[in-house]
Amino acid sequence: MENWESKLTMLVVGIVAFFVVAAAIMFIVDNWPKRLFRDRAQIVWFIGPPLALVTFGLVYPAIRTTMLSFKDPNGEAWVGLDNYKWVVTDPDGLLNLRNTAIWVLFTPIISVAIGLVYALLIDKMKREAVAKIFIFLPMAISGVAAAIIWRFVFAYKATRFEQIGLLNAIVKKLGLETQQWLLNPPWNTFLLIMVMIWVQVGFAMVVLSAAIKGIPNDMIEAARLDGVNAWQMFWKVTLPTIRPTVVVVFTTITIGVLKVFDIVRTMTGGNYDTSVIANGMYFYSFSGNQQGWGSALAVVLFVLVTPVVFYQVRQLRRQKLEAR
Amino acid sequence: MAARTWRRGSTAVASALGVALALSACGGSSSGGTEASGSAGSTGSAECADVAQYGTFNNVKVEIYSSIRDVEAERFEKSFEHFQKCTGIDIQWNGSGEFEAQLQVRVKGNNAPDLAPIPQPGLLQTLVGLNAVKPASEKVATASKANFPADWLTYGTVNGTFYAPPLGANVKSFVWYSPSMFKDNGWAIPQTWDELLKLSDTIAKSGKVDKPWCVGFESGDASGWPGTDWIEDIMLRTQGVETYDQWWQHKIPFNDPKVVDAFDKAGAILKNEAFVNGGTGDVKSIATTAFQDGGKPIVDGQCAMHRQASFYANQWPEGTKVAEDGDVYAFYLPPVDPAKGKPVLGGGEFLAAFNDKPETQAVQLYMQDVNWVNEKAKLGDWITAHKGLKTENVLTVTDQQPNPIQILSVQILQDPNSVFRFDASDMMPASVGAGTFWKGMINWVTGADTKSVTDSIEKSWPAS
Repeated sequence: MENWESKLTMLVVGIVAFFVVAAAIMFIVDNWPKRLFRDRAQIVWFIGPPLALVTFGLVYPAIRTTMLSFKDPNGEAWVGLDNYKWVVTDPDGLLNLRNTAIWVLFTPIISVAIGLVYALLIDKMKREAVAKIFIFLPMAISGVAAAIIWRFVFAYKATRFEQIGLLNAIVKKLGLETQQWLLNPPWNTFLLIMVMIWVQVGFAMVVLSAAIKGIPNDMIEAARLDGVNAWQMFWKVTLPTIRPTVVVVFTTITIGVLKVFDIVRTMTGGNYDTSVIANGMYFYSFSGNQQGWGSALAVVLFVLVTPVVFYQVRQLRRQKLEAR
Repeated sequence: MAARTWRRGSTAVASALGVALALSACGGSSSGGTEASGSAGSTGSAECADVAQYGTFNNVKVEIYSSIRDVEAERFEKSFEHFQKCTGIDIQWNGSGEFEAQLQVRVKGNNAPDLAPIPQPGLLQTLVGLNAVKPASEKVATASKANFPADWLTYGTVNGTFYAPPLGANVKSFVWYSPSMFKDNGWAIPQTWDELLKLSDTIAKSGKVDKPWCVGFESGDASGWPGTDWIEDIMLRTQGVETYDQWWQHKIPFNDPKVVDAFDKAGAILKNEAFVNGGTGDVKSIATTAFQDGGKPIVDGQCAMHRQASFYANQWPEGTKVAEDGDVYAFYLPPVDPAKGKPVLGGGEFLAAFNDKPETQAVQLYMQDVNWVNEKAKLGDWITAHKGLKTENVLTVTDQQPNPIQILSVQILQDPNSVFRFDASDMMPASVGAGTFWKGMINWVTGADTKSVTDSIEKSWPAS
């Protein structure tokens, strides 16, 4: 309707404007006179726009958020380390840290383990692609959609009613009492983690499967000639060879898990002791009117993600060097 | 060379496309473009005599920034047509889902709208504190005094100065029920709190429904707000309006015995396994039942009563007739002592002006014009505390028929025995009223005791 049209117009205007700007830059760069330091001018023209966008879209907000994390809820007076003290001492602040820790401890390792085992099991199987699709499909769904699906799976009605939740329907068929799955900490956090794993296993499986296929055949044959059994083949040949890929998959999932927000917000809204750092950050910054706490959580999240990103980049670089 | 340029170009295209998409996605607010009236006012003709007092202008614009969007905004735009044509003022209704946060951003950035209907008196106070709101003109103040009950004017007043006249209104002190179910079982509408509890007991023992009450607190990250309404309604009934005002102003602590008592009174229903939660399960299931689904078990005959505001009328399944002789209807949540009058919990908006331009003041004044108020109500699903609103003009949107629940709301608002009080959680500091109070209600129904919940909310109250 009216709303739709205005949004669509904005989208079209945005895209057209982009093409015009991009074309203009191309044109200018292409026709830059050689005597005016053409090489350097090209660098400036190409690096300039992304640099400006990163500065305004990323660096500036990061600095501002860091400053806000040392200020009071209204972003006016300085309060020193009070907000960080809240994060690490108040039960509500600590809850976010504790839950994120649980997420990071369990999600990557279980996702990679399941993905790896599945990739091995279906490797060289008939209709391998079909088997892959079933595991990979959840990857194509947005986190919010996945969370809504699983919220229905966990939906609760007392045993005496007709069940709308799949899990409770099964529980009732087995003659047991239906459960409020999402209400009881700490188990509810593990149920949310399960949703994340459901989404991430496909990613792990596809990438690891490709790595397994990349193991040179002569290596496998040589191992066979040496008389290894399947167990030894996995631990001594397959895993060491694909190790760099495992590490990349592991760190990628870890980064995603540290920042998890959509699943928690959609399934429980961070209630019933399930809040994680990103959820707490959003809640306190926007609804809870505690900008200081929210910003402190944002900074903590940034500090936690950074080393993992560094490690991953280094790993990728080393892989590239080895590939040469 | 050409090929190389293209490849470079296409990468840049892809990355900047992302930027373009992100930028356009940020345009969440919808600007409801009103048709510009074009010509200046054409007063003098008999057609425009009723709005002649607002003057004529030469094609000026007045922006109203609001949380009201989409179809509801369109009804506002429609209600302004006559005024715009006659006065030459082009009213631009600009609705946004991020209104509460964005209004402060706009004010701080010197980009304030001309007018804004503010649904939280607390937010109005904050904005007055920023010196952003202009006091109501003498004309507006005089008209407001004549048009609205005194209770309502206090919420538009900050530190003794009157700023914002009331606009829309809603009533929250309602209990939804099924008239036919009550009639078939011989249950009478309770007139006092004791009768309400007795009725609950009778219904529970009758076995006609699963449980007498059905309740739902879940509402995304706003989960818990329906619970705050329970506590507020009971505070008003057990402690009276003075204590209620002291409570939200934090002149008594949140864990005061009077507040604890209100929690426990609510607990006699909400934490009573014999009374809740009809159609869903036990007490704890209140926390996970969506607010939108809260009352639906009434239609399925699984529960008898659901305490929720008048706006719950929009939540019933399609085809449910909302009327005294229909499928569902609501009764006024009874007082503890009827002799002390009828406390009414509710909400509404207050129209704040951010400048004192004559056209801004003209629109602010027009939005309490008795003709406009009645015309606006006729467009459907809208009421106000305005004394001049006639119940026969309170219609439904869909078929332009009388709107029973809204008519009942107007009758309650206009009843001289009614004592209106604004939703307390909307007036408390947001970190409590939209934070710990909500979360506290969720913890409370999932097992935490009253003392620990009220203590932790008290602890969270910001030092001022």
